[in-house]
Amino acid sequence: MYLAAGRGGPTSAPAPTAPARPAGRTRVASTVVALGAVSLVTDISSEMVTAVLPLYFVLQLGLNPLQFGFLDGLYNGITAFVRLAGGHIADRRRRHKLVAGSGYALSAVCKLGLLFAGGSTTALSATLVADRVGKGIRTAPRDALISLSCAERDLGRAFGVHRAMDTTGALLGPLAAFALLWLTADAYDAVFMVSFCLGLFGVLLLYAFVPGRQEHTGPNSKASTLRSAFRLPRIPAFRRVLITASLLGLVSVGDGFLYLVLYKRLDLDSAYFPLLPLGSAAVYLLLAVPIGRAADRVGRRIPYLLGHLGLLGAYLVLFSPAAGWPLTIAVLLLLGTYYAATDGVLMALGGPAIPAGQRATGLALLQSGQALGRLGASVLFGAAWTLWTMHTALALAAVALSAALLAALLLLPPHPTEHPR
Amino acid sequence: MTHTLTLRTRVGAVALAAVVLAALAVVYTVRATDRGTTPAGASGVTLDNTPGLYVRTADGTIAALAGSERKPTGLSCRRFYAGAAKSVCLTTKPGVPPRSQAVILDRTLKPQRIVTFGGTPNRARVSPSGRMVSWTVFVSGDSYAGNAFSTRSGILDTQTGYLIKNVETLQLTLDGRRYSASDVNYWGITFAADDNRFYATVSTRGKTYLVEGDLRAWTARTLRENVECPSLSPDGTRIAYKKRVRKGTSDPWRLHVLDLKTLRDTPLAEPRSVDDQAAWLNDKTLAYALPGSAQGSSDIWSVRADGSGQPKRVARDASSPSMNPGEGTRRGQGGVGAR
Repeated sequence: MYLAAGRGGPTSAPAPTAPARPAGRTRVASTVVALGAVSLVTDISSEMVTAVLPLYFVLQLGLNPLQFGFLDGLYNGITAFVRLAGGHIADRRRRHKLVAGSGYALSAVCKLGLLFAGGSTTALSATLVADRVGKGIRTAPRDALISLSCAERDLGRAFGVHRAMDTTGALLGPLAAFALLWLTADAYDAVFMVSFCLGLFGVLLLYAFVPGRQEHTGPNSKASTLRSAFRLPRIPAFRRVLITASLLGLVSVGDGFLYLVLYKRLDLDSAYFPLLPLGSAAVYLLLAVPIGRAADRVGRRIPYLLGHLGLLGAYLVLFSPAAGWPLTIAVLLLLGTYYAATDGVLMALGGPAIPAGQRATGLALLQSGQALGRLGASVLFGAAWTLWTMHTALALAAVALSAALLAALLLLPPHPTEHPR
Repeated sequence: MTHTLTLRTRVGAVALAAVVLAALAVVYTVRATDRGTTPAGASGVTLDNTPGLYVRTADGTIAALAGSERKPTGLSCRRFYAGAAKSVCLTTKPGVPPRSQAVILDRTLKPQRIVTFGGTPNRARVSPSGRMVSWTVFVSGDSYAGNAFSTRSGILDTQTGYLIKNVETLQLTLDGRRYSASDVNYWGITFAADDNRFYATVSTRGKTYLVEGDLRAWTARTLRENVECPSLSPDGTRIAYKKRVRKGTSDPWRLHVLDLKTLRDTPLAEPRSVDDQAAWLNDKTLAYALPGSAQGSSDIWSVRADGSGQPKRVARDASSPSMNPGEGTRRGQGGVGAR
């Protein structure tokens, strides 16, 4: 048995690239902005397709929902595994940009694949799987690039900037796709073609403006091996963040469910149902940067935990007698705040605990742990709703989240990963 | 090393690429727009002067079949159902987000009322008298399984104007016990001649059931498991439906007919998997759509309702069959007044 490589503590020194700066505002690293732009463009591209795919399958191809459900199930299983593989390969070869770039390129080509797949279920499945593989591969290396491109004390803001740009793309994508369908009288192939062009443009942006092979890692840090990847959770600071994120994931009911509760409570016009996620995305993108900056100042643990209080608030508001627009707006505000305070902040919280040479692997683990937890939460919540009632399920979720938050408070010490200044 | 080029060169190259890609996107979109079909103008076809089988043709327009001749109605629909006194046309309405519409048409095929809702058109029905109209749409994204589909069905009483946008509020009795769950879904409504009794499929926890519903009491009870897309025979004694015979996605359904009195089940002579709410041409024959030879096309077939005979192709490149029995067979006097 080997001792943990990290000697029981955070091993990575803050990136030495940042010279001493005045304490005031500093510029966001150009790599972060470049990656943000790549994500923005790519998210428009992918969300365009996601938004029209159900319509396309049923109306254009005449697939039945059974077949669609099968295609959709393919989606989620693959991501976790591929994400870990992508992170590991990027670390091992120290080629974060190349691995992330291949992921972006693969997804872009898949948009063209949709054009040629026609109604063949096999070709469509292959295309969708490849698209998911592309998304899985790129996430961890990209977040590793962000975390390695700026000083540790600016990580919160860096992830805030990236997530704000990313979410802007996710917000614009569906709107662009619906507008395009409107304009072209249901030419789905035009949506795919425009999506492909955007995806390709994203790859070019990455190639041109994100620096490649860099000595991110200190001279004494070793390249990742598979064995060292498995040993990552032995680093206490990282382990705490990993367990906390997975635990909180397990009590975080997916927003899809909360929208459904909202829908049932309000008797909302189903036509506007697809627009609900756009509301919380708008809140997310507005708050991502300010919360990220605050996280850098007060420590990332605080917004991360407070963000989950926001989620708890969303559960509780759904119990309140509020109705109509006030209820909708309150839920969307709380959900958006929750995402802004937890998504990028988690990467900023966990990143410094991972040795620089294994950053992508570690972040992939963190994301997978959280995603797996959320998957479990959806299954449990659905089961509770079916077994009892909507409100019972929601009450149980609120109790579980409160308990998990208390545990998280104990699990995460005040400065779990950040170095004392 | 990718960054031996100066920033200026890189900006220039990316800008150039952006222009090329934008041009490609715009040209493709404009050409796709030009390809759009122009809807046909008004025609003289009415429910009164043209009884027979109505179908949706390959270009999305509705035509009445008279022998080998197709008489276009000038309507453009995703799903269509013609009764003797009224018909319903489900269409999609572009926008942000796109929506669906049920256009209720009177006997002259003029729009009488339009109901707008979310989702993707799937099934449509009119009661024998023409008074009750129903539709089913697919809705994505509101199920806890993430992006999986669920269905939503609506009913309109054209006499009182009373609209039920989502029948999920029905008081459901499942296997003799009151039942409510988040995943309850209804589809494929079919009406009896009294404009009160109806049949539909309900699904919950991965199972489907045939329900018999009562509109006035607003209740429904399950009669039998594994029944999808029921279609009540004109004489009101039997239900044609698709039965799930195989798990997975390949060839999952077979057409069956259920006798409502004896609950005896008869498999029909159609060996292929049918994903349609079958339409009764008369008390002995059913029509339904099956995928055609060309990608995305479909043909209409018919088969005897007693399990005998062979399936026959009725119309090529057509879907959404419905039978307008015509004036002579209409129940009651002249149906409910239009408007």
